[in-house]
Amino acid sequence: MTKQAKQKLIIRTLSVLSPLTLLILWELLARLHAIDVRLLSSPSMIVKTLIPLLLSGDLLYNTWISVQRVLWGFIAGSIPGILLGIAMGLSPFIRSAVEPMINATYPIPKLALMPLILLIFGIGETSKIFTIAIGVFYLVVINTMAGVLNIDKIYLDVAKNFRASRTNFYLTVALPGALPMIFAGLKLGMGMALILIVAAELSAAKAGVGWMIWRAYDMFDIEQMFVALITLSVLGYLFSLVLDLVERWVLPWKQTR
Amino acid sequence: MEDCILIKNINKSFPLQDKELTILHDITFSIRQGEFFCIFGPSGCGKTTLLRIIAGLETASSGEIIISQTPKDRPVNSMVFQEQSVFPWMTVLDNVSYGLRMRGIKKAARNKLAAHYIDMIGLTKFTNAYPNQLSGGMKQRVSVARALCNDPEILLMDEPFGALDEQNRLILQQELLKIWENLHKTTVFITHSIDECLCLGDRVMIMTAHPGTIKTIINIDLPRPRDIATIRTTIGYNELYQKVWLSLKDEVQRRTDS
Repeated sequence: MTKQAKQKLIIRTLSVLSPLTLLILWELLARLHAIDVRLLSSPSMIVKTLIPLLLSGDLLYNTWISVQRVLWGFIAGSIPGILLGIAMGLSPFIRSAVEPMINATYPIPKLALMPLILLIFGIGETSKIFTIAIGVFYLVVINTMAGVLNIDKIYLDVAKNFRASRTNFYLTVALPGALPMIFAGLKLGMGMALILIVAAELSAAKAGVGWMIWRAYDMFDIEQMFVALITLSVLGYLFSLVLDLVERWVLPWKQTR
Repeated sequence: MEDCILIKNINKSFPLQDKELTILHDITFSIRQGEFFCIFGPSGCGKTTLLRIIAGLETASSGEIIISQTPKDRPVNSMVFQEQSVFPWMTVLDNVSYGLRMRGIKKAARNKLAAHYIDMIGLTKFTNAYPNQLSGGMKQRVSVARALCNDPEILLMDEPFGALDEQNRLILQQELLKIWENLHKTTVFITHSIDECLCLGDRVMIMTAHPGTIKTIINIDLPRPRDIATIRTTIGYNELYQKVWLSLKDEVQRRTDS
């Protein structure tokens, strides 16, 4: 084995070994009563709770409810975000009209809006989807605008020199040029959506992963809480995996090197 | 040969603080049909601005440009830019056929035409590659093919090989020479290299700076077809080199002295 291959192997085993060690350590400390299992549980106890939740379909049902809310909120936030962001990037008029409002409202924590949203939209699905949509919208609109503004001026000259019509300019220069930044916005937005789903399901929800966490809190069911946390982590991983795949498909020119 | 481009009393200035900064002062000259016309001058002489005015990317403060078009539906000009200007999000094929696409030509027809020009610049193997898989020299070839494929009345080139290394520059000059000697397309070529003027051009216009004016126009009556490898040993090359250099030298010295 070459020195390089050896190093690669060590790095790979290390990245598997270190979380495994942590889990074993956690389990050991729990069994030795060095940590309070009522608060911190243990891997084996979590697995014991996970299996019935999985088999009964309870976990999948709650996950599916949350996934739907996240997806609808994501779509409802990102599409207007992309359209407005492109418009703001291209037109100084639209930019100067809209940007102050965006800048003024962006720092408001989206969680602080929840009570207002609940009052306006009631306790149904709309309020949850809207909360997520707002969080996603800001990140996407800001990144999209920056993406359009950062398109190298030379490409605008090329489009002008080749007499590109307005529509053609959007389709062949503005949109593809801004896409890498749009994707950066979408990825940040997805992270934000996962944060907000838990908060949105805190009040007035009857299902969902976030709701599971709060129910577990009410019932002091630490294991169920951990199961929900693990589910969120898996969801986050899957969502970013899907976004990466879409990005690779939409931006082939960024990958091949 | 008749004139293809007539440039009459072009002035360009813009306000700077409370003064008026003149970039181009009373530029008048004409370029013949099928001519390779070089514009040469020190940096700051406004040669790029002049080209951008001809291209319609900037407007002159006064004066007019008359370009005779044959046939009428042909695009007036296509430009090869100095810096990297090939769209990174399009394949070589889509880049080269871009002008045709903007003119609403059907995909099959424009791809066929583009394939011809891609072959001409020797990048057939890279037809479906993206620019980030190409070297700097290859990208500039794509840029040249993109302009040629649009079949413009005049080809505008703004120091297209300025950013390339020596070997690539020589190779691309040779290829451009070969392509141009086949097509005889009216070309306006900006450069800051005397050698490049003499290798490629039919005439060279020397400009002075601050404000940009025409110093003189020199005929480059070196025989064609030319060869980059041997042109420097052609009779007359050295005399022309001196002639161009001397007319510029005064200018550069005048500026460094002042």
